[in-house]
Amino acid sequence: MVTSRDFEGRTPAWCPGCGNFPILKTLKEALAELDIEPHGITVVSGIGQAAKLPHYMRCHTFNGLHGRTLPVATGIRLANHAMPVIAVAGDGDCYGEGGNHLIHAARRNVNVKLFVHDNQVYGLTKGQASPTTMEGVVTKTQPFGSLSEALNPLALAVALDCSFAARGYAGDTEQLRHLMKEALLHKGFALLDILQPCVTFNRVNTYQWYGERVYRVSGGHDPTDRIEAFRKALEWGDRIPTGIIYRNVRPTLEERIPVIRDVPLVAMPQAQVDPDRLMQGFY
Amino acid sequence: MGKKLAITGNQAVAEAMKQINPDVCAAYPITPSTEIMQRFASFVSDGVVDTELVTVESEHSAMSACIGASAAGGRVMTATSSQGLALMWEMLHIAAGMRLPIAMALVNRALSAPINIHGDHSDGMGSRDCSWIQIYSENAQEAYDNIFQAVRIAEHEEIRLPAMVCMDGFIISHSIESMEFLPDEVVRDFIGEFKPTNPLLDVDKPVTYGPLVLPDYYIEFKKAQHEAIKRAKKVTLDVAKEFEKVSGRSYGLFESYRLDDAEIAIVVLNSAAGTAKDVVDAFRDKGIKVGLLKPRLFRPFPYEEVADALGSARVIGVFDRADSFGGFGPMYMEIASAMIASGSSPVMINRIYGLGGRDFMPEDAEAVIKELVEIADTGKATTLKEYIGVRE
Repeated sequence: MVTSRDFEGRTPAWCPGCGNFPILKTLKEALAELDIEPHGITVVSGIGQAAKLPHYMRCHTFNGLHGRTLPVATGIRLANHAMPVIAVAGDGDCYGEGGNHLIHAARRNVNVKLFVHDNQVYGLTKGQASPTTMEGVVTKTQPFGSLSEALNPLALAVALDCSFAARGYAGDTEQLRHLMKEALLHKGFALLDILQPCVTFNRVNTYQWYGERVYRVSGGHDPTDRIEAFRKALEWGDRIPTGIIYRNVRPTLEERIPVIRDVPLVAMPQAQVDPDRLMQGFY
Repeated sequence: MGKKLAITGNQAVAEAMKQINPDVCAAYPITPSTEIMQRFASFVSDGVVDTELVTVESEHSAMSACIGASAAGGRVMTATSSQGLALMWEMLHIAAGMRLPIAMALVNRALSAPINIHGDHSDGMGSRDCSWIQIYSENAQEAYDNIFQAVRIAEHEEIRLPAMVCMDGFIISHSIESMEFLPDEVVRDFIGEFKPTNPLLDVDKPVTYGPLVLPDYYIEFKKAQHEAIKRAKKVTLDVAKEFEKVSGRSYGLFESYRLDDAEIAIVVLNSAAGTAKDVVDAFRDKGIKVGLLKPRLFRPFPYEEVADALGSARVIGVFDRADSFGGFGPMYMEIASAMIASGSSPVMINRIYGLGGRDFMPEDAEAVIKELVEIADTGKATTLKEYIGVRE
């Protein structure tokens, strides 16, 4: 029987009150509830406060470079698609520097679960505007307010026909745990954007700010209806929907590559071929 | 006489950028250089500079924006560290190949993996071959002074190449030291007005940047680049002379410390040189003829002058805060090239130290100088390259 304590890692160095704490705790609980053991999962990250998460977990982990979480996760998945792979990133990491990789991971439908800790600010470098910082929000390096419109990750995901697109909130761990489990059980690429207050550097999008706005999408929302999903994804402002916004069923990248479709690469027997004889065949 | 203040290396560079008042700055945050652009953003906010500050989504984009702005005809600056510079790498070549005089503050930091945010020279040395002028700084005062001189050298009409000013991450960037500022008008007069060459914004004279050049002309472009960066050696000295007039502080291609009659020499870059100078003094007090050479201009490298300065040394210890794995440290290779080209053949050892920000203590310098004294006695070195201060 797996328990969330089995994933207990080092003590986090996040600020007290950081939204990352409930996300980490919920992730461990979700994995335990799915009976996934620490040696049965890989968590991949890049750079940022969210990217520290693998340091605080006991399981297979890979901490790479800023923005490059998804390409590494894709490689890991292609080497061993019998093992679930979670990619953890922040809004700066995944929607900014690694933005192009998100587009292509969603297109390819690689069976990786992307959990984005979206606090609408750069936390690691202490408070600059990120791609999801709302237009006009003043930061230390955007003294006249962020000039750009905030990226809407869910609208982007729906536009890309991303096979699973959901939004969670660090302040609603019950739903978050459900969404993490749904994403892990889903066959295909899953984007779970998790709204998360940054108590130190984001003085706009606070627990109170989110608390007043987020609401769970009702059972009436049909996530398989792409147009309806797009409409839901565009909701932002006084009311912010959380839950599964969009999902579809289509072949994964691993299924589309014939040589690994049936057997993961790591499980294939080493070829018992004499290379000299093989070479002779070409001459 | 300028005002004196206790300030960090990053703040000193931000202050220098404020006084330069560039047309465009494009940047992306990265430790430990983040503070430079953050402070600069407050100058933009307060309206004390006229700079267009562009905050982008990656360092690759930051350098790309700098290139665009520079080609358009602006005076352009930025700052970065470590992976930021590494991500800029392909654009560094574009900036140099297009002969765009962008000035950058590089706050030296180790490269991943494993991830480390502290100071070493792996980033700067990794961009050694990008055709950027590289000037290294021991402390905040030098970083501040070097920024102005870098702008002048880069923009010199016979050079027109980008330049980076390097200082040690955290050790200098985040340490407070007392330093002297130049009055704004002195800086203004010293750096002068920016005169763009072939700006894209000159609509009466359309130009093209970056067209295809195949084997028929490519090598001519590259030789021209080499000739241009070579000229930076003389220009660096000319600019330093002018700078001394306005600041009272003198700079050369490198700093020679008690080197004139030295039989034993050490070569140390950046902040560690400050530590090592004290140790040199201690050995001198004991009557041992030790001296120190602290390189300043690393690209172009002043081979003849360095060989000349190290001429009296029979034994040389070169310290590298970066490594070329499987080879000697990058500074050792330069010093060895300089000595061989000059026809002298001192015994030379290479000591790699302080990677990932590990402290360089006086005892470290002392141990290596003791080893050099022994080598001077026996004429033999046991290991040419060795890491020091490593837990085995």
